[in-house]
Amino acid sequence: MRAHRSLAPVKSSRPPSAHPRDGRRAAEPRGEPPAGASTAALLREIVAHLRQCRTQLRDEWAERIIDERLLTAMSRDEIFAEATSVYDNYLDALETGTLEALQAYAQGLSERIIPRGVETHEVVGIVLLLRDVLARSLFGKYRADFQLLNRALDVYEPAANRIASTVAVGFVQEQGRVIREQQEAIRELSTPVLPVRERLLILPMIGLIDSQRARQLTEQLLRAIRTNRARVVVIDITGVPAMDSNVANHLVRTVDASRLLGAIVIVTGLSPEIAQTLVTLGVDLSKMNTVGDLQGGIEEAERLLGYQVVPIPGVKS
Amino acid sequence: MVPILKQGRYLIATIPTALTDADLERLRDGLVAQVGRCRSRGVIVDITALDVMDSFAVRTVRDIAHMTRLRGAEMVIVGIQPEVAFSMVELGLTLQDVHTALDLEEGLALLDKRTKLVGH
Repeated sequence: MRAHRSLAPVKSSRPPSAHPRDGRRAAEPRGEPPAGASTAALLREIVAHLRQCRTQLRDEWAERIIDERLLTAMSRDEIFAEATSVYDNYLDALETGTLEALQAYAQGLSERIIPRGVETHEVVGIVLLLRDVLARSLFGKYRADFQLLNRALDVYEPAANRIASTVAVGFVQEQGRVIREQQEAIRELSTPVLPVRERLLILPMIGLIDSQRARQLTEQLLRAIRTNRARVVVIDITGVPAMDSNVANHLVRTVDASRLLGAIVIVTGLSPEIAQTLVTLGVDLSKMNTVGDLQGGIEEAERLLGYQVVPIPGVKS
Repeated sequence: MVPILKQGRYLIATIPTALTDADLERLRDGLVAQVGRCRSRGVIVDITALDVMDSFAVRTVRDIAHMTRLRGAEMVIVGIQPEVAFSMVELGLTLQDVHTALDLEEGLALLDKRTKLVGH
């Protein structure tokens, strides 16, 4: 009941011109194709058959998707609506043999479903299920004539395989693109090096640090030291929930490298957990300047740079 | 060949391009000799132009620092490029006991401060 409502408009949007021919073909008794019936004719016949059984096959397919617990991120109605358009695109691709439209559709579909957490195995699974459902229908149609069935499968399977791989590859490519974009965004976001005073930089580290990010932070910091002619750098790691020995050693190397550029590094905001981890791991931090919090770190940096902050008499906040 | 310039109480050697090991040793010998001859209080080695520091170069630079200190002068390395600094640290060449500064200006300021402290 829920699905049939949603597919009515899709069905009516189908070009009516396709129907008469399909209808005639499908109406022909099977099993008497002219001996020399070309592959193309057979393919047309298959497509016509699949179009005719569209509602039934699509429902069967959607039910199997639900039974096999694929696309669990989507509601039943959405699965039916999606199944309808995938089915039509699939048949179009089968009929015309061109994959461009399907590729575009697969890309759009991937864009829609990736943010909802649909996995690669689910997409591959549903396409293979459709292939399976349609092949079974062909078995049913041609079961009386084994030779014809063989030829029909010869025609159908390569096309179906191509479609399946196109959709799967499209999904994986789209997934890769999303991951690359997100990595890029994280890279942009995660490494601000902020000048707060003449020759004083602050680097607030936030979130989990992996080796790649740590390396990037270091490179960015060293470049910033050079361009800002910084003498003191305060690295604040209040926002870092955990640290392993790799990252800790990297931090030590960052401190050393900054020193080679003539800058003193002060590390602030080590949480109790990180302090415990580092001592337990035996990371040697004796060479590092550490101060409890960012405020203390900035005060220490100001002292090193010879600044003194004096309240203006008579001004109250 | 690296020219060694005398600037007041300091000696300045700017390495213009990648040096062979022999050139480095000649620079070391030259600096250690000149520190005494010019009665210098500080030495600056500027390596801005170097985009690679191998372990021999780092060791030689450290040797220069130790030798000139024995002859009564402080040494500062200036102009280490960020990439060079990073790869040096990756190799464990941290020059712990050598003064470093961003560039020539900073190096001169550092020497002024250090020699004032020492001279007191």
